[in-house]
Amino acid sequence: MSKGQKLLNWIDDRFPLSSMLKEHVTEYYAPKNFNFWYFFGSLAMLVLVIQIVTGIFLTMNYKPDGNLNAAGIPVAFASVEYIMRDVAGGWIIRYMHSTGASMFFVVVYLHMFRGLIYGSYKQPRELVWVFGCLIFLCLMAEAFMGYLLPWGQMSFWGAQVIVNLFGSIPVIGPDLSVWIRGDFVVSDATLNRFFALHVIAVPLVLLALVVAHLIALHEVGSNNPDGVEIKKLKDEKGIPLDGIPFHPYYTVKDIFGVAVFLIVFSIIVFFLPEMGGYFLEHPNFDQADPLKTPPHIAPVWYFTPFYAILRAIPSFLGTQVWGVIGMGAAVVVIAFLPWLDRSPIKSIRYRGPKFKFMLVLFIIAFIGLGILGAMPPTAGRTLISQILSFVYFAFFLGMPFYTKNDVGAVPVPTRVTDTNGKRQLQFLVLVAVTVIAAYLFATNV
Amino acid sequence: MSEQQVDTGRRRFLTVATSAVGGVAVAGVATPFLMSFFPSERAKAAGAPVEVDISKLEPGQKINVEWRGKPVWLLSRTKQQIADLPKNDPKLVDPKSEVEQQPKYCQNEARSIKPELLVAVGICTHLGCSPTFRPDLAPADLGPEWLGGFYCPCHGSKFDLAARVFKGVPAPKNLEIPPHKYLSDTRLLIGDDK
Repeated sequence: MSKGQKLLNWIDDRFPLSSMLKEHVTEYYAPKNFNFWYFFGSLAMLVLVIQIVTGIFLTMNYKPDGNLNAAGIPVAFASVEYIMRDVAGGWIIRYMHSTGASMFFVVVYLHMFRGLIYGSYKQPRELVWVFGCLIFLCLMAEAFMGYLLPWGQMSFWGAQVIVNLFGSIPVIGPDLSVWIRGDFVVSDATLNRFFALHVIAVPLVLLALVVAHLIALHEVGSNNPDGVEIKKLKDEKGIPLDGIPFHPYYTVKDIFGVAVFLIVFSIIVFFLPEMGGYFLEHPNFDQADPLKTPPHIAPVWYFTPFYAILRAIPSFLGTQVWGVIGMGAAVVVIAFLPWLDRSPIKSIRYRGPKFKFMLVLFIIAFIGLGILGAMPPTAGRTLISQILSFVYFAFFLGMPFYTKNDVGAVPVPTRVTDTNGKRQLQFLVLVAVTVIAAYLFATNV
Repeated sequence: MSEQQVDTGRRRFLTVATSAVGGVAVAGVATPFLMSFFPSERAKAAGAPVEVDISKLEPGQKINVEWRGKPVWLLSRTKQQIADLPKNDPKLVDPKSEVEQQPKYCQNEARSIKPELLVAVGICTHLGCSPTFRPDLAPADLGPEWLGGFYCPCHGSKFDLAARVFKGVPAPKNLEIPPHKYLSDTRLLIGDDK
């Protein structure tokens, strides 16, 4: 027996190292027909690591202090400028962190969309989906609180608006928003607690949820683009006929995805860190001024679909809580997908025309709301936002009805099939056309 | 080992009792942590009244004053602007200022002690942005019937020059009028009216 093997045995007698590796990596059998949509789960893990590492290094020079320094600049704002200008390598660490925040949402939205089209939320993967939705919620909280820290104009007024959302809840609202801020306005107290939550509390919850997400996934096994349960057909050794071990097959495949992702990531970090004001908004380069709202305030791009829903719902009965409820419901409703969808068919490949039609409407609504949420409101845009908000909710709440007897022309196969590259290309073209058309349309109303 | 039968009823009682007492302890321990989120004594003490000199304020001009960390607007309205106020009434949510967003002495058409001077907290009643002063008549983006007022850039709420909210916008209430009083013709105290 080699020395390495002896050491491994010694460890295995005290800690289940080999059996854990087998269960989760070398003998975790994943369907062999994963396509490019399956890159985004592992990419989300990569971005999480990037955010944690860059975040740790940023805290070493950042100061969560909203008071003015001798030069009349808030200490927090000045410390970010210090990181950008004077700390060796500081600018690249910060741009990695700010780009990572946006890329996290790019990757997670695509990851969630994958689940949507292939029915990965359906029985027996309901808890995988619910844990995922909780991760999404944590991510939103993390992004929102992190955005306050540079203490620029958008940081300040964005936080002001979102904290005031809670103030619109009847009876307890006003006290609740004071409780969240720790002051009567967004102030140093707010900045300090958001910093604590951003760097300690939420990341801890996030990591625990990621572990729960993976444990639940490995318990039930991965879904695939055909929505076929590979565990139903096994060979004499009990290995799924359509399964391949995660390592080396998918570790190697994911490395390719990582390489492509890092190329895109680096291009953004080095050449487009502000992404034209979508990743880092222009007014945030001005220090927070509690007396002056920037002429146009919009959240960062990943919140705009939900923000557009908030704006679309007018106040009535003397309260504007309805918009807040609408926005909250738009996030929460996603978690209920497993119980809203009544179709026994998982994958879009074998679904009927009704689901496909509603899905196209949903894509248009989500992208359209995202574009409208980034623009200043006009009467025309508000009306379109209202229509698209209706479509957004109709997609989810109408599901029990339109998915009931909705069967496609091709029956669900018993074994997985080859990937149809043409379909995916068609889909990407559809999305690109939707984005461009929606943008051109929205700028003209 | 005892030969006695397990008394499940007794065991369940002990489990429930232990959980209940533990729950009370957790709630008790949580209290200081939750309390610590409320404004500190220092934050509560920071709301002192502010004295402003208004002698240099020209008709049509608006200045901002900071009170409790919030912007307070002092707008000197022109005679035309005061005369135009009732024209907005049919389009307003609360033209008579019935909702308590102002001290009693400001519950009038101009929502002020002296009609010439509007004193208002410049924080939108929707989600707390500070609306923009738009005194221009009938601008392209606000429509031909605009007689001057305030426009919130965040969510498009509109207010007239008495800080009263228009119908059909997200803000539900008129802007808040802070307690204030004239110390003399040219000196104003914001935050105290006693």
